[in-house]
Amino acid sequence: MLRGFKRLFALLTTSVLAHSALAEEQGAERWGVNMTQGVTEVAHTTYNLHMLIFWICVAIGVVVFGVMFYSMWRHRKSKGYQAAQFHESTAVELAWTIVPTIILILMAIPATKTLYDIYDTEEADLDIMITGYQWKWKYNYLGSDVSFFSNLSTPRTQIDNQQPKGENYLLEVDEPLVVPVNKKIRFLITANDVIHAWWVPDLAVKKDAIPGFINESWTRIDEPGIYRGQCAELCGKDHGFMPIVVKAVPEAEYTAWLDERAAAAVKMRELTEKTFTFDELLAQGEKVYNRACAACHQPNGQGVPPTFPAIAGSKIATGPLDGHMSMVIRGSQKNPAMQAFGEQLSEVDLAAVITYQRNAFGNDMGDTVQPIDILNFKNKQ
Amino acid sequence: MWWSDNAKIATKLLALAASMLVFAIFVMPPLYDAFCEITGLNGKTGGKYEAVPAAVDRDRLVTVQFVASNNENMPWGFKPSVVTVKVHPGEAMDTVFLASNPTDRDMVAQAIPSLVPFKAAEYFHKTECFCFNQQALKAGESAELPLRFIVDPDLPPSVNTITLSYTLFDITERVSSNLDNKNTDSEREG
Amino acid sequence: MAHGPQPGFKRWLYTTNHKDIGSMYLWFSFAMFLLGGCMALVIRAELFEPGLQIVQPEFFNQMTTMHGLIMVFGAVMPAFVGLANWMIPMMIGAPDMALPRMNNWSFWILPFAFAMLASTLFMEGGAPNFGWTFYAPLSTEYAPPSVTFFIFSIHIMGASSIMGSINIIATILNMRAPGMTLMKMPLFVWTWLITAYLLIAVMPVLAGVVTMMLMDIHFGTSFFSAAGGGDPVLFQHVFWFFGHPEVYIMILPAFGIVSAIIPTFARKPLFGYSSMVYATASIAFLSFIVWAHHMFTVGMPIAGELFFMYATMLIAVPTGVKVFNWVTTMFRGSMTFETPMLFAVAFVILFTIGGFSGLMLAIAPADFQYHDTYFVVAHFHYVLVPGAIFSITAGVYYWLPKWTGNMYNETMGKVHFWLAFIGLNVTFFPMHFVGLAGMPRRIPDYALQFADFNQIASVGAFLFGAAQLVFLFNVIRTVQGGNKATDEVWENPEGLEWTVPSPAPYHTFSTPPAVR
Repeated sequence: MLRGFKRLFALLTTSVLAHSALAEEQGAERWGVNMTQGVTEVAHTTYNLHMLIFWICVAIGVVVFGVMFYSMWRHRKSKGYQAAQFHESTAVELAWTIVPTIILILMAIPATKTLYDIYDTEEADLDIMITGYQWKWKYNYLGSDVSFFSNLSTPRTQIDNQQPKGENYLLEVDEPLVVPVNKKIRFLITANDVIHAWWVPDLAVKKDAIPGFINESWTRIDEPGIYRGQCAELCGKDHGFMPIVVKAVPEAEYTAWLDERAAAAVKMRELTEKTFTFDELLAQGEKVYNRACAACHQPNGQGVPPTFPAIAGSKIATGPLDGHMSMVIRGSQKNPAMQAFGEQLSEVDLAAVITYQRNAFGNDMGDTVQPIDILNFKNKQ
Repeated sequence: MWWSDNAKIATKLLALAASMLVFAIFVMPPLYDAFCEITGLNGKTGGKYEAVPAAVDRDRLVTVQFVASNNENMPWGFKPSVVTVKVHPGEAMDTVFLASNPTDRDMVAQAIPSLVPFKAAEYFHKTECFCFNQQALKAGESAELPLRFIVDPDLPPSVNTITLSYTLFDITERVSSNLDNKNTDSEREG
Repeated sequence: MAHGPQPGFKRWLYTTNHKDIGSMYLWFSFAMFLLGGCMALVIRAELFEPGLQIVQPEFFNQMTTMHGLIMVFGAVMPAFVGLANWMIPMMIGAPDMALPRMNNWSFWILPFAFAMLASTLFMEGGAPNFGWTFYAPLSTEYAPPSVTFFIFSIHIMGASSIMGSINIIATILNMRAPGMTLMKMPLFVWTWLITAYLLIAVMPVLAGVVTMMLMDIHFGTSFFSAAGGGDPVLFQHVFWFFGHPEVYIMILPAFGIVSAIIPTFARKPLFGYSSMVYATASIAFLSFIVWAHHMFTVGMPIAGELFFMYATMLIAVPTGVKVFNWVTTMFRGSMTFETPMLFAVAFVILFTIGGFSGLMLAIAPADFQYHDTYFVVAHFHYVLVPGAIFSITAGVYYWLPKWTGNMYNETMGKVHFWLAFIGLNVTFFPMHFVGLAGMPRRIPDYALQFADFNQIASVGAFLFGAAQLVFLFNVIRTVQGGNKATDEVWENPEGLEWTVPSPAPYHTFSTPPAVR
C-alpha cells in the first residue's frame, strides 16, 4: 500500500510532462470528449439526439446560472444592497412548472421516434448468436458451422507494465467478429454464467447478456472498418479484460472469410487424427495456457486460492489423466469459476494444454495427451 | 403524556415496514412473473397451452428458428434436430431436440425457454414441451425431447421470424438435495 | 428532566438524549466517510495510469463495492439522521425525540453492522466484489463466501434506518410545540418527514431482496436463478424499486438544509415555501415509478422503455421548481458568502449540472450509449457529492456554532470550501468525457485514449481527500474553543433553534415555546 502511494507520488511529479508529450504524438484521439457519431444510422440518430438534449440543457443552464451569478454579483450586502422581501408568486410558480413541461415534451418527441427505429423488427440478413462468458465472448453464425471464442489478445506483460503498451491496449482480441457491411445483422445475445453486456459504441448497440434468456438487437454498418467495444456490465474479476472487436468488410470478403472458416473447421477435425510429439504439444500448450488459463491460474501456475487454485503440484494436474481431462473439458462441478473448456478449445489445444499443465511449473508426469484421446474422452459411452 | 400517541404511530409504521417486506418477498416475484407473461418480458413463454381449434392461415408463413445452449458447465450434448422450420399460423408443428449425457453420472436437467422478439411471446403456444418437466438422463443415455407448438394467427404482421432459445441447466444437485431435504449449502471446492 | 449528562463513557452508551445521539451519528458518519474515501483513493490511484500497478482486479472490485456501500449506508444516511436528531426537536420546539430509547438502539447497532461489513475484507475470498448494486447471479452463485456477512450487515443497517425513521415521524407528528402547524415547519423538517416515509417504504424491500439472495444461496430456492424457474432480472427490478427512492432519500434532506441556509445569507425569506413542500412530495411519489430507467439495456418491451423514460423526464419538473425557487430567493437579496452559504451555492450549481446529466440519461435511446459508462459515474457523483456531502457540510458549518457555542474558523472554512470545490470538479468533470468517449465503469484498467482524463481525475480526488482533513481539523478546533457565538449566531436567521442559548443546553424546550 505504502509502496503504491510512493509510486503514485513519483508518477505525479514526472508523468504530467511525459504524458502531454505523448498526447501530442498520438493526436486528438486521446482527448476524446464526446460520444462517437458511429457508423450506423441508429448511431448517428443517437448522437444527434444526445447533442440536442445537451444543447437544450446548456441553454437552460445559461439562463438559470446567468440570473444566479448576476444576483450574486449585484445583490451583495457588501455593496450595500437592501434585501427585497417578496416570497411568493403563484403566477411565476405556474410559469416555471409549465414551461419546463413543454420543453420536456419537445425532447420526448425525437426520443420516442429514435426508440421506435431501434425497435424495428424487419427481417435480418444474418443472425449471430453472442454468448458472454467469464471473461470472453462466443460468436455463433447461425445457419453455418462457424462458431468461435474471442479472447483478449493483449499480452499479460503489457498489463503488468513489463512491456510498453500497444496502440489498441485492452481493445484487441485474437479473433474479431467479422460481419458484412450494408446488411441487417441481428444479434441474439445471452450469457453462460453471469450477466454481461455487449457494447460497441460505433454501432450504438448495448444489450445485456443474461444467463438463461436471450435478448435481441440489430445493426446495419455503413462503412468497412474495425470497431472496438467492451463488456459493460460488471461480471467479476476480469470484467475490464473482455473487449469486443467487430471487423466490418465488404460482402464478398465476408463470404470468402466464412467459407474459409468453415473449411478450417473441417481441417481441424483432420488434425485431430494426427499424433503430435511431446515437444510440439508443450509448445502449443504454453500458448493455449497463457491465453485461456493464465488469467486465473496465473502465468506461474500458482493461482489465486481459494477461488483459483494452483496448478503447480495440484491433485488434479498430477493425478489420473481422466480426472484432469474431465476438469478441463467439463469444468468443476463445485466451483463455478472453473469453466468447461470442452467446447471453447479445439481437441488439439485441449490435448496440448493438458500435456503442458502436467509437465510445467515443476509438475513432472511425463505423459502426453493426444487430440484423439480428447475426442475419445468426449465420446465415451 | 405523548407516550401512547407515539406507541400508536410507531406500531402503525412498523406494520407498514413489515408489510413492505412481505410485499417484496411474496408479492413482487409472482407479480413480476405475471407481468412477464403478459408483456413477453425476457421472452418468457407461457405454460402448457390447451389447444383451441383455430383457422390455419395458409397465406402466411412464419419462420421459427431454434437455438440451444448449455449453461455453465453443463456437459450434455444438446441441439435442435432442425435449425429452422416454416409454419403457417394456426397450424400445430412438431419437432425434437436431441440430448445426450456423455458423463458417467446420472443427471437431471431443466431447459429454460426464451423467445424473441418479446412481442411474439404471447402468440407462441406450446402444447407439449420438454421444458415443462425436468429431464433425467442416465450415464451415457441419449433422448429425443419433443416440442409441439402453434403460432397464433393473431401474431402481429411485423413479425416474420421467431427465435426460440433453450438453455439447458444442470440441476442434478438441486434435485438430489431437495430429495434429501437438506439445504444446498454448497462448499466451493478449491 | 433537568439532569445533565452522565460522566464518562456511560454517557454515550446509555444516552437517550437527542443531542448526544445526533453527535454520535455525525462522528460515526464522518469516520465512515473517511474510510469510504480511502477506498475511493485506492480506486483513483489504480486508475492513475493504464496497466495494473497497485491492486489486482479482485481487490479493485472489492474496493468499488465497499466504497459504494460505505458511502451510501455509512456516510450519507447516518449524517442526515444525525442532523435530524440534533435539529428536528429544536426546530419544532420538542424536548427530545419521541422514542428516545429506540433512538439509542438505532444508533448503536450501526457500528456492529459496519464492523461486520468491514471485517469481510479480511475473510478468505475477500469482501463483496459484485458492485454496490450486487446484481444476481454474480452476488449469489458466483459470490465470495463473505456474502452472507454482507447480507446480515444490510439487514442491521435496514433495521437501524427503519427505527430511526419511525422515531422521526413520531416526533414530527406528535411533538410539535403548540402553534407549530405543519405548514409552518421548517423545510428541513418537511423533507425529513417525507424521507422517513420513503425509508419505511423501501428499506424493507432492500431487506427483502437480500433475504431472497440468502435463501437462494443457502436454502435452495431460486428467486434469481433461471435453472429453478427464477429470473436474474427480477433481482434488478426489486433492487431498483428500493434503489431509486433510496437516491432521493440521500437528496431530499439536503434540499431542506439548503432551503434553511440560502434565506439566512440572502437576508430574504425563502421563495415559494409551499411549492417547495409540494415539489418534495411529488419527487418522492415519482421516485416509485421510475426504477427501470436503471435497466434500459436489460431488454424491455418498447412500452416499458417509453413509460419509464417519460416518468423519469417528469422528475425534472419538481426539481426545476426547487432550483428556480432557490435562485429567486437569492435574487434581490442582500447576500454574504460565509462558508455555509458557499457550500449551499455550490450545491445549487453542481446539483443542477448533475440534474442535467440525469435528464440526458433519462432519454432511453441515448442511455443505450451512456449506460454503465463513466458518464453515469460522473452523473451520480455530481448529484451525490455536491448534493449530499456539500449540503451536510454546509449544515455542519451552519449549526456548529449553535452546537458548540463557538464560531468555527472562517478562513479555514473558506480554504476547505475552495479545495473541495476545485477537487470535486477536477475529479468528476473529466469523467463525463471519458464516459462519452466509451470508458465502461467498474474496470481496473483501461485503454490508452482514456489515460489523460483519468490522470486528471485522480489528482482531483487526492485534492478532495485533503480538503476533508481541513474540515476535520476545523471542527475539532471549534469543539475545543474559539470565539464565542451569540445565541442568534447569524443575522436574523429564521427558526426556533436560534432562540435557545449557544451552546444549546443539554435539554431544550422542556416547556414548549410559543410559536407565532
